[in-house]
Amino acid sequence: MSLDLILFLVLALAAIATALGMLFSRNAVYSALFLVLNFTTVAIFYLLLGAPFIAMSQITVYAGAIMVLFLFVIMLLGADALPRTEVLPWQKPLAIFLAVLLAAEGTFLLLTKARPTGNIVQPEVVVNSMDNLREMGMILFNQYLLPFEVTSILLLVAMVGAIVLTHKEKGGQK
Amino acid sequence: MVPINYYIILSAILFTLGVTGVLIRRNALIIFMSIELMLNASNLAIVAFSSAIKSFSGQIFVFFVIAVAAAEVAVGLALIVEIFKSKRSIDVDQMSSLKG
Repeated sequence: MSLDLILFLVLALAAIATALGMLFSRNAVYSALFLVLNFTTVAIFYLLLGAPFIAMSQITVYAGAIMVLFLFVIMLLGADALPRTEVLPWQKPLAIFLAVLLAAEGTFLLLTKARPTGNIVQPEVVVNSMDNLREMGMILFNQYLLPFEVTSILLLVAMVGAIVLTHKEKGGQK
Repeated sequence: MVPINYYIILSAILFTLGVTGVLIRRNALIIFMSIELMLNASNLAIVAFSSAIKSFSGQIFVFFVIAVAAAEVAVGLALIVEIFKSKRSIDVDQMSSLKG
């Protein structure tokens, strides 16, 4: 068993355990912190896959900006622990059963029909250097320039939308 | 040497955990976090495939997905705050009326 396979298995266990922790924490703050841990684990996976730029954006955007926003809203609303209201008692076991079914089906189809082959080799030193970033920048600003600009408009629209949604009218009508 | 299959299986498991979170939790914020988990799982699969075929396009795509997720979270959390203001709760079981 090679070293990066061991690393992969340990990280995979950590990722699944933190995802489960997020699902089953009663307190929403703990869920958010588990999710931060999960995002960080996935960022390390990106490093293993030879995508250092994506790994860093994952940490800054997801684990940094997005989760801080989540924690801010959780604490703002004081909604960290909701009282349990079980309207449909049979829903939980059914949902878990269907989810296990979905995982089995998805894995089976991906492995038999999509048939991904090959190995992910440990990224060489070249991959984790400026060359990777330079290459990505070249593709991003040549081949994908239009989507890049559209994304900037999208972010602007989202910002305006969030402000409009939470903005209070002067007359107190809202 | 990690076979790409392992990454795909891990991604499927994480995605399913996200689906389970949407189905079994009643807190709107946790449901939202589960959606983030699903996006993340699919990102992992895309990067694994792009790394296997040694192409950068997959990584660019994941970059766009991250940007769109950031926009989605900003608007979604604003909506949740608004719902909390009018209903005093973010339990999705209580959001049963069409008219606020």
